[in-house]
Amino acid sequence: MQPGQNKRVKMPERPAQERIKDFNEVALGLSEKDAISEAKRCIQCKNPKCVSNCPVEINIPAFIKLIAESDFKGANKKIRGKNSLPAVCGRVCPQEDQCEKTCILGIKGEPIAIGSLERFAAEYPPSETPVPIKLVGPKVAIIGSGPAGLTCAGDLALKGYQVKIFESLHTAGGVLKYGIPEFRLPKSIVDNEIEYVKSLGVELITDFLAGKTATIEELFKENFKAIFIGAGAGLPNSLGIPGENFQGVYSANEFLFRVNMMKAYKFPEYLTPVITGKKVVVFGAGNVAMDSARCALRLGADKVIIAYRRSRKEMPARAEEIIRAEEEGVEFLLLTAPVEIIPDDAGRVKQVELLKMELGEPDSSGRRRPKALPGSEFKLDCDLAICAIGNSPNPLIPKSTADLKIEKWGGVIVADNKETSIKGVFAGGDIVRGAATVISAMGDGKIAARSIDEMLSKK
Amino acid sequence: MGFKILRKEQLASNIHFIEVDAPRIAKAAKPGQFVVLRINENGERIPLTIADKNIKNGTIEIIFQEAGASTTILSKLKAGDSILNILGPLGEPSHIENIGSVVVIGGGVGIAEIFPAIKEYKAKGNKVTAIIGARNKQLLLTEEKIKNMADELLIATDDGSYGRKGFVTDILKEMIEDKKEINLVYAVGPVPMMEAVSNVTKAAKIKTMVSLNTLMLDATGMCGVCRITVGGQIKFACVDGPEFDAHLVDFKELKTRLSTYRDKEKEAIDHICSLDKIKE
Ligand SMILES: Cc1cc2nc3c(=O)[nH]c(=O)nc-3n(C[C@H](O)[C@H](O)[C@H](O)COP(=O)(O)OP(=O)(O)OC[C@H]3O[C@@H](n4cnc5c(N)ncnc54)[C@H](O)[C@@H]3O)c2cc1C
Ligand code: FES
Repeated sequence: MQPGQNKRVKMPERPAQERIKDFNEVALGLSEKDAISEAKRCIQCKNPKCVSNCPVEINIPAFIKLIAESDFKGANKKIRGKNSLPAVCGRVCPQEDQCEKTCILGIKGEPIAIGSLERFAAEYPPSETPVPIKLVGPKVAIIGSGPAGLTCAGDLALKGYQVKIFESLHTAGGVLKYGIPEFRLPKSIVDNEIEYVKSLGVELITDFLAGKTATIEELFKENFKAIFIGAGAGLPNSLGIPGENFQGVYSANEFLFRVNMMKAYKFPEYLTPVITGKKVVVFGAGNVAMDSARCALRLGADKVIIAYRRSRKEMPARAEEIIRAEEEGVEFLLLTAPVEIIPDDAGRVKQVELLKMELGEPDSSGRRRPKALPGSEFKLDCDLAICAIGNSPNPLIPKSTADLKIEKWGGVIVADNKETSIKGVFAGGDIVRGAATVISAMGDGKIAARSIDEMLSKK
Repeated sequence: MGFKILRKEQLASNIHFIEVDAPRIAKAAKPGQFVVLRINENGERIPLTIADKNIKNGTIEIIFQEAGASTTILSKLKAGDSILNILGPLGEPSHIENIGSVVVIGGGVGIAEIFPAIKEYKAKGNKVTAIIGARNKQLLLTEEKIKNMADELLIATDDGSYGRKGFVTDILKEMIEDKKEINLVYAVGPVPMMEAVSNVTKAAKIKTMVSLNTLMLDATGMCGVCRITVGGQIKFACVDGPEFDAHLVDFKELKTRLSTYRDKEKEAIDHICSLDKIKE
């Protein structure tokens, strides 16, 4: 392939009919030949627009050049300088809204497949494993082990701080573990990244709920000199319609937690049960909704419908996942909102009542606001309904930390350097932004690590 | 790895006591709080009330009934064995202050869960009457401990094998009929018992708190499986509860939600029984 040429490589995938039978990964990764050929398409802009649209400013043309020159380990090292989770980001970043969106080649043809190339480079970790350093610096506590916490912890350990991560669940990884399913992000990849952070000397404490097991104040008494809060946006928003509490109505968090975190798809070998519906309706059209719909299919549903109150153009999920969901047979019922859940005699969901919508004026988010079409109500049979209409910041830590200032909607308020209203307490990721992205959480973790280092090295 | 069981006793035919090494939880735990534990890699996360704690030894005590697959597996562990994960203390502590005369009611395995509350109500200067009830004498747990702490202990058994024959609500009704001073009722036990208590005190206009045993998963406010309508609003029992004003709780909804996995529970128990057979 020549620089500037238009035809973009397509990553091989397992056929839809095969992949919906199991939870194994859908996308298979690029071959060396395809990766090199795609990398050679890059015109190596002097002023690369892709980099300025990457939340952690990876030097994209540089790593792509190394792939084109077959120096895969070099490419990996180049990315890792800015992004410690390339195998994760290559798989889950919304590239079409970030780096690939501003790729010059995209104006006339197709942008470089930057995400696929990042994922490819991630397969070639440097041969020299980092020697565990003896960490002697001041103690820093990290609350939450999602991408924000892991990134902040890794960066601080590299600077010699004694870092302890406190995680409430029984395993680390945050949404990467309990939310995003195996077929999109294999858990072994997340585990590798966690092992890497541990290999830097970071200590991981699970089963520790900050605010309950010990408060922020108590952690300071344990001689931690700085604290980073990366506790995520774990609180599921509810529909606020009648019938939400009947059996067979799940929050997406509950459904995905059962399936991914507790491996309910292997019940009863794994003891956590999950309702496996034959006719499933999912409300919402973000990544969480796509993941829920595709998990339901893999658990044996005959029909899975995504009901979304806006149109296809406004769907917030990654473009690739929308296409894959459709290939797998997920149906989209657009401009449709739920009004009521209707149960059978035993109190189990039997039907949902829906209402047609039309798009009106743009709202504060710039998306056109849906308006109900009165009299357009209709009913749909289902035996499982999953609500994926968004998550809010977890209120537990703000509730137990007197001086921690939060926004009306629950987000922790931080300055540019990620410091909160409490001195020495920093925060980042979804607990600050509301449900956002992996890469923005990592970017926050990085800035906070730098700020913590500045604060503690001044003393 | 994990949390070591230091002591284990069988209290009745299917009720067990364990004392577990968990210093952080012991230090932080307050009456009314609970833990969520996962026994092993394949295990579920199940909520269990903290029955007592010992800060000096860094231990917590748990009393549980063999009800499903997980509690059956837990009952087979011995002193020296470990539980893989224990998270806690969870939930809002009981709101305990001096209000005068308090009736604390424990039913079934709930009897084992009322001791920390009784102790705290006493510490705040209340007069405490404890009422405990179970199917028979063998199931009356921690009777001595409660007797020594409460001002008065009244007992009912379904079969009349001990105390008076009948239900805890029969005793409560009599107290109300006799115009005994009651400023607050606190009840822990099976849902039908808590509902019955609630009905009695609602008619008599006595404020009543109950501790709800909803289904749980993460128990950190993340999944909403523990949700329950209280006074027309959705609450998460794991973070907003587990204690709520009984007169505002939608018990019918609670019962429906609790029965969600009844068929799966049978399947799980059959599965672990078949594993046991293979071992033998
Ligand atoms: C199903 C799903 C699919 C998604 N898909 C994508 C995608 O494709 N691409 C993308 O970029 N983003 C995606 N996202 C969003 C992305 O996962 C999040 O933005 C990101 O994980 C946020 O990272 P975080 O570190 O802030 O929080 P989290 O990943 O939520 O991690 C927070 C951690 O803190 C722990 N915690 C919470 N409270 C406490 C406490 N009090 N004490 C101790 N620990 C605590 C939690 O258990 C959790 O492990 C998805 C989200 C979901 C739910
Ligand atoms: S148990 Fe998950 S929110 Fe309460």
